[in-house]
Amino acid sequence: MEQLKTIGRELAMGSQGVWGSSKEFLELVKTIGEAKSKAEEERIVLAEIESLKRRIQEPDVPRKKMKEYIMRLVYVEMLGHDASFGYIHAVKMTHDDNLLLKRSGYLAVTLFLNEDHDLIILIINTIQKDLKSDNYLVCCAALTAVCRLINEETIPAVLPQIVELLNHQKELVRKKAVMALHRFFQRSPSTVSHLFPAFQERLCDRDPSVMSAVLCALYDMILVNVKPFKHLVASLVSILKQAVEHRLPKSYDYHRTPAPFVQIKLLKILALLGTGDKAASENMFNVLGDILKRSDSTSNIGNAILYECVRTLTSIYTNPRLLQNAAEITAKFLKSDNHNLKYMGIDALGRLIKITPECAENHQLAVIDCLEDPDDTLKRKTLDLLYKMTKANNVEVIVERMVEYIRNISDNHYKTEISSRVIELAERYAPSNQWFIQTMNQVFEIAGDLVPQKVAHDLMRLIAEGAGEEDEDADSHLRSSAVQAYLQILKEPKLPSILLQVISWVLGEYGIADGSHSAEFIIGKLCDIVATRPGDDKLKGYVVSAITKICAFEKAAGQTVDLIPECVSFIEELYASHSTDLQQRIYEFHAVLKLDRDTIASILPMDASCEDIEVDKDLSFLNSFVESALANGSRPYLSDNERRGMGAMTTLASNNDAGTSSLLRFQPYEKPSIPEPAAALVTASHYSQDAIDQHDIYSKSSSNDGTRLKLEGVQKKWGRPTYTPEAQVPKNPINISDSVKVSSSAAGKEASSRNSSAPPYTERKQPSQEISAEKKKLAASLFGSKAGETKAKPAAKLQQNGTSKKAPAKPTSPPAPAPAPPPADLLDLSDSLPQIPSVDPVDQLADLISVDSSAATSTTSLVEQVLDAGKVATKGPSPQASLQKDSVSRQVGVTPSGGTNPDLFKDLFG
Amino acid sequence: MIRFVLLISRQGKVRLTKWYSPYTQKERLKAIRELSALILPRGPKLCNFVEWKGLKVVYKRYASLYFCICVDSEDNELDGLEVIHHYVQVLDRYFGNVCELDLIFNFHKAYFILDEILIAGELQESSKKSVSRVISAQDTLVENAKEQASSLSNMIAQATK
Repeated sequence: MEQLKTIGRELAMGSQGVWGSSKEFLELVKTIGEAKSKAEEERIVLAEIESLKRRIQEPDVPRKKMKEYIMRLVYVEMLGHDASFGYIHAVKMTHDDNLLLKRSGYLAVTLFLNEDHDLIILIINTIQKDLKSDNYLVCCAALTAVCRLINEETIPAVLPQIVELLNHQKELVRKKAVMALHRFFQRSPSTVSHLFPAFQERLCDRDPSVMSAVLCALYDMILVNVKPFKHLVASLVSILKQAVEHRLPKSYDYHRTPAPFVQIKLLKILALLGTGDKAASENMFNVLGDILKRSDSTSNIGNAILYECVRTLTSIYTNPRLLQNAAEITAKFLKSDNHNLKYMGIDALGRLIKITPECAENHQLAVIDCLEDPDDTLKRKTLDLLYKMTKANNVEVIVERMVEYIRNISDNHYKTEISSRVIELAERYAPSNQWFIQTMNQVFEIAGDLVPQKVAHDLMRLIAEGAGEEDEDADSHLRSSAVQAYLQILKEPKLPSILLQVISWVLGEYGIADGSHSAEFIIGKLCDIVATRPGDDKLKGYVVSAITKICAFEKAAGQTVDLIPECVSFIEELYASHSTDLQQRIYEFHAVLKLDRDTIASILPMDASCEDIEVDKDLSFLNSFVESALANGSRPYLSDNERRGMGAMTTLASNNDAGTSSLLRFQPYEKPSIPEPAAALVTASHYSQDAIDQHDIYSKSSSNDGTRLKLEGVQKKWGRPTYTPEAQVPKNPINISDSVKVSSSAAGKEASSRNSSAPPYTERKQPSQEISAEKKKLAASLFGSKAGETKAKPAAKLQQNGTSKKAPAKPTSPPAPAPAPPPADLLDLSDSLPQIPSVDPVDQLADLISVDSSAATSTTSLVEQVLDAGKVATKGPSPQASLQKDSVSRQVGVTPSGGTNPDLFKDLFG
Repeated sequence: MIRFVLLISRQGKVRLTKWYSPYTQKERLKAIRELSALILPRGPKLCNFVEWKGLKVVYKRYASLYFCICVDSEDNELDGLEVIHHYVQVLDRYFGNVCELDLIFNFHKAYFILDEILIAGELQESSKKSVSRVISAQDTLVENAKEQASSLSNMIAQATK
């Protein structure tokens, strides 16, 4: 039967000639329609494209024929093929005088081109001309094109004409002009901001369609800034009243509802205007009550208005009576059999509970029904609602539901979104650390690499810090249970990288802490981890650090560590790694292993990831060194500025430096920057940045020609065979001392500010009082990210719940603790390499080990001094001491965050 | 704001697309593919909305044709549903008992009508009457042009005789 009808239609169309389309085109559409498979359709369309390509380029195609070709291009493009070869012809067609062709041209152009297409520039002129046309249909065609094609740059070209058209006699033109201006506002608000009065004038247009077009624009403008529009409340309310009372023309009725689209737009605007404004809201109550009474809840459109009304009521200043009505409407939605209404009901309930949380309880069953519903959309919406309803007492159930849901979906977008919500809820309401860790592990397993890195850091920190109470037993129990859990998880295949990173860190830090696992066992496990993901450098970094730590713990405990063969081969491989980060880690690993027992114990103490590292920012431990150097006749340090002021101060330059520098002067290169080849050679850009800055300083002090020396410095720095850092460091030992002295006294302020912004010798944490302040902040702001903290401060938690009741939907801060304290960076191996002085750390370490006899005995005491918080170490060669300190922090997985502060070394080595 | 309008047949064939936000051809194809896979298998009793990449797609099936519009997540879904219905009613009024074939063979007409209803992703005209008025004004113009053309060709034909 249906087929018969179809045939009848076709016959009828064929006889009509269907608006002048040729038989050929009809044939094409028909064959495509009848194509049995995608491949067949593809073939037909490709053939069509070929023939169009050929024909469209023939000279003197009749215009009518051309129009048809262009329509065929539109068709082809609609089917997903590229028709760009014909765009220019569509553009040409807009120039045509014949309105019919012009309109087809505009239609094709608006379908083909995006607003940033190159061809747009060819249309502007036509548009300008058409906007001035006497024929209002031409104007309209041009305005429709304007809405689609004009971008920020071309707005000024057409703006004056469009503003003029606001007063056109035809309402159709006025309406489209308003829409075009609205579009401009979306593109670039500043271009039309002077037109606000004109918009308001159009609000009173005698034609309702123009008025409703203005409403679209108003909504967007108010969304940006409410203030300039507050005075409109009264007039908007009166328009709404008129609409509700059937006073707009009958043709705007829709299913016997008066002007519903206008009503909905107005309600949206009023919701914005009434937010937090009691006076404005009171103006609205009457009409809102009216709408609630009059709207017909049996038709779809009536429900649309009711829903919008509920939304408005929940966002403006509250009125208990109307809210009661809104709750009744929501209840009706939820009880409906119609899925659409249920969906709206869930959404409305989500809004209502922000204001009256208790109303959720009345709908428990309905909500549970929706959650179990086979309709995925409804289910997801209900999860949204649950997320808003979550409190400490129901978090376990809700999170379990969410985890179950993400386990079963494959859409990455929603997987990411929901897992981030799970993480947020878990961080906020976790009843116990055990539960938190379990939940996190589940999320990592399911969502894997969709989880942001920060979450992993937070989890590691939680394990490291424990409950935050002085209960070491509980903490160590937590840790060993975490280790157990992770060893269990490792048995599963295909774990995401981020989870493996967490596992590596935890195993490295606590794997052998409780004594139930041997070092060999843990190292074996770590090597297995690497084996599963051969190409993952970041993970390797974690694993190397972990192995280093375990070996260090063992050695410190007086045992010898025999590396298992896999581990040895793994390490051997890394010596030649392309990643400098890995290379450095592995060299450090070896250097550490060569140290004696006591030194290791102080470099990598057991369970010290939470200890603070005090950094002597003024490098005052160098004072004695500086003084002795001064006493030996060295020059005092001059800051960079002072030196520049002295202009021709080249006395420090060694002769041969000055000699070569005169040969090469590249004047244009004033500012030091990272030369490309250097950056390409190494992944560590910070690292090289440091190097360059340093060398730059040398060069400045030596010859005033930074450019030449900078380039040379880079080569030396990264050319492996000729690399001679010692040659540079001792070159100006006096400078070092000088610089230190001045920076510690005169430039102290400067230095400390730099240090605090990005300490290159990273402290593992800020000083302790800062931490406690941060913790307080943490607890006070919505996030008791740790269950331990929430437990420790029940009052704070209650307060949290209170605030979250008010605004659970929009958490004011990101899910994890906002005032990210340094520990977050602690474990960050991600992008910045450990920042240390540009001298080769390994060589330095070697120096350290092979210090002469006096130094050898003092090494441990030196280290102690450095580590000793607050105490000012006053002796010992400084680079070694600081390096040791740095190595401590790095070996426990710390990456200094100070990638941005290469300046510090300027002073140091100036 | 409406991001795009999409008409797909039950077999997943595209009948009309209109994009109000910039999408590259690749993104368009991807969107169409994903949405077809998402919407077409949905049962009749389920709700007419699907969430998609942080946006919402409101769809409604008329005979063998799915009308889908993609709206922002903050928009009123029922409102979107009625916008679709409004468009269908105008089409119906214009074609007189519209069917899929009308749209297949006269897709440019469908585009012109859509342009009168939606501009830049907003509903611009909610009165069916005025939409029909504009469209018929345009059509008369076309008819006139046609007549002119035919009379011209007649004249030429006569002259060359």
